[in-house]
Amino acid sequence: MPPASLPTAEPRAGRHAALALAGLALLAGASLFVGAAPLSASALLADGEGARMLMLSRLPRTLACLLTGAAMAIAGLVMQMLARNRFVEPSTVGSAQGAALGLLAVTLVWPAAGLAAKMLAASLASLAGTAAFLAMVRRLPVTQPLLVPLAGLAWGAILGAAATFIAWETDLMQFLEIWLNGEFSGVVQGRYEILWLTGIFAAAAYLLADRFTIAGLGRDAAVGLGLRYERVLLLGLLIVAAVTALTVVTVGMIPFVGLVVPNLVRMGAGDNIRAALPLVALAGAGAVLAADLVGRLVIHPFEVPAATVFGVIGAGVFVWLIVTRRGHGA
Amino acid sequence: MIEIRNLSHAEGRTPILHDITLSLPKGGVTAILGPNGAGKSTLLSLMARLRPLQAGSIAYDGMDIAATPTERLARKLAILRQDSTVGSRLTVRDLVGFGRFPHHRGRPGPADRAAVEAALGQFDLAPLAGRFTEELSGGQRQRALVAMAFVQATDYLLLDEPLSGLDMYYARMLMRLLRRLAEEHGRTVVVVLHEINYAAAHADRIVALKDGRVALEGPAAEVFASARLSPIFGMEIPVERWHGRPVALHYT
Ligand SMILES: Nc1ncnc2c1ncn2[C@@H]1O[C@H](COP(=O)(O)OP(=O)(O)O)[C@@H](O)[C@H]1O
Ligand SMILES: [Mg+2]
Repeated sequence: MPPASLPTAEPRAGRHAALALAGLALLAGASLFVGAAPLSASALLADGEGARMLMLSRLPRTLACLLTGAAMAIAGLVMQMLARNRFVEPSTVGSAQGAALGLLAVTLVWPAAGLAAKMLAASLASLAGTAAFLAMVRRLPVTQPLLVPLAGLAWGAILGAAATFIAWETDLMQFLEIWLNGEFSGVVQGRYEILWLTGIFAAAAYLLADRFTIAGLGRDAAVGLGLRYERVLLLGLLIVAAVTALTVVTVGMIPFVGLVVPNLVRMGAGDNIRAALPLVALAGAGAVLAADLVGRLVIHPFEVPAATVFGVIGAGVFVWLIVTRRGHGA
Repeated sequence: MIEIRNLSHAEGRTPILHDITLSLPKGGVTAILGPNGAGKSTLLSLMARLRPLQAGSIAYDGMDIAATPTERLARKLAILRQDSTVGSRLTVRDLVGFGRFPHHRGRPGPADRAAVEAALGQFDLAPLAGRFTEELSGGQRQRALVAMAFVQATDYLLLDEPLSGLDMYYARMLMRLLRRLAEEHGRTVVVVLHEINYAAAHADRIVALKDGRVALEGPAAEVFASARLSPIFGMEIPVERWHGRPVALHYT
C-alpha cells in the first residue's frame, strides 16, 4: 500500500463526482423555474397551468440539455482517445458536418422520410466524415500534435462549406443553422425523447472504457495486450457518429462541449476512461444546462441559443488549452 | 520453444531481415545483440505480431502467431517495445494494471489486483503508485512499463532494450529478476541488450544480428569470445576472465 499522503486519482474522482452531482441538481432545479413565462414553486402548487408548463416544456427542455450535454461530452472523450489527441471533438473534425450533409441528402432525395431514415442517413454520413478524419490523422507525424486539430478544422470546414452550398441552393439554410448550432427553446414534450437513445451509447462507451483507454496508448501497446485495435476504433466511431446524429437531428450540435469538458475533467481525473467517463458525462450535462440557462437569462424575455453561449466560452477555453498546452501528450 | 522459420521482412523496397531461422529453447534468458540498425527491434515486433508477417513463420510451443487469435497470444507472450512512451495521463497503478487486461478483459478480480500490487512492490513502484506517469523520471517510467509487461504473466517475455534509462541499480535488479523468472518460474525471456556484459552475466544464449541476418548464435559460455564478437560490432572487443567469468573490456 502507498503512504496515505500521496495523491491518488481515485478518491479525487469520487469527491469530484459528488460535487458535480450536487451542482447538477441545483442547475436542474433552476432550469425548471426559469423562462420567458414566470413560474414559481407556489404557483406550481396553486394551479394546474404551472404544472402543465412544467411537464410539457420546462422538464423536457431541462432533460434535453442534460442528455445532449452528457452525450456530446462523452462523444468528445471517445473521439480524443481514438485520435490520440486532446484537441478534437465531433463538431470540429467533420462528424457534425457529415451528419448535416446526410440529413440534407435525405431531406432532398426523400422529403417524406421518417425520423428513423433521417437518423440512419445522418449516422452513416457522420461515420464516413469521422472515418475520413481518422484516416488523415494516421498519416500525420505524432511529433506534431497540433496538426491533428488543424487537419480536423480544415476537413470540417470543407464538409461544412459543401453543406452550406447545398443548403443555400435548396433553401434549407435555416435548418442547417440549427443542426450545427443547437438551441433548446423549441423543445417540448414529444420532441426530444429520442435523445434518451444516447444513453445506450453512453452505456456502451462505459462498457468499452478499458478498451478505449488502451487504444489511447497506441496501436502497438493495444495489440500487445490482445486488443483488436481496428475493431475498437470502429466501435468508437459508431458511438461518436450515432451520438452526433441523434443530437443534430433533435436539438442541433453544441460546439466545443466535446472538447472543453473532457479536457478539463482529464486534467484532474486523468485518462483512465472508466474513472473519467462518468465525470465527463456529469460535467457535460451541467455545462450545457448552464449555457442554456444563461441564454434564457441574458436578454430576458428573449433567448440566446445555448450553442452561441457555449461557443463564446468554449472557444476561449479551446485557445487557452492550445496556448498553455495543458495536459500535453495524447 | 520459439521457432522462427525463414523470416524475411522489408519496409517498402528496403530489405531489413533476411531469411532468419532460429529456434530458442523454452525457459532461460536469450540476449539479442547487434549494432544499431541490425534489425533487432524489427525482429521483436514481428515476434510480438505488432507488424504483419511478410514471409516466414513464428510459433511459440507450436502455436503459430499467424493462426492464433490475438487475445490468446496476449496470454502467451508480452512485449516491451524500445520506444515505449505513455502518451496518456494514467497513474502508475492503472498503467501497470492494464498489463492484466489479457486475463480479465475489462473486469479485474482480486487475483489481478494482487498481481498488480505484487509487481508494484517488486519494482519499487509502490511509493509512486498513485502518481501520473508524466510526473515520473524517465527511468521510473521505464520501470513502470517493465512492470506492466511483467504483470502480464506470460510464458514468453520479449524486452527491447529494457535497460535504457535505468540506473545501474535498477539495471542489475531487472537482469537478476529476469534470471529468476527463467530459473524459478520456467519463463522464457528474450531481451535486446546493448551492454554486452549484461549478456555475459545473465544470458543462457546469445543471438547476434548484423545487417538483418543471424551472425552468431549459441550458448553464452561458448560464443562470448573476442574473436566472435569483434566482427559483429566492427571493433576490437577484448574478452578477459575475471573470477572465472568472461568480461568484455571494450571501453578504451
Ligand atoms: N518504418 C521503417 N521504414 C524504413 N526503414 C525502417 C523502418 N523501421 C526500421 N527501419 C530500418 O530497418 C533497419 C533495422 O531497424 P531496427 O529493427 O530498429 O534495428 P535495431 O533495433 O537493431 O537498431 C534500420 O536500418 C532501420 O533504419
Ligand atoms: Mg532497436
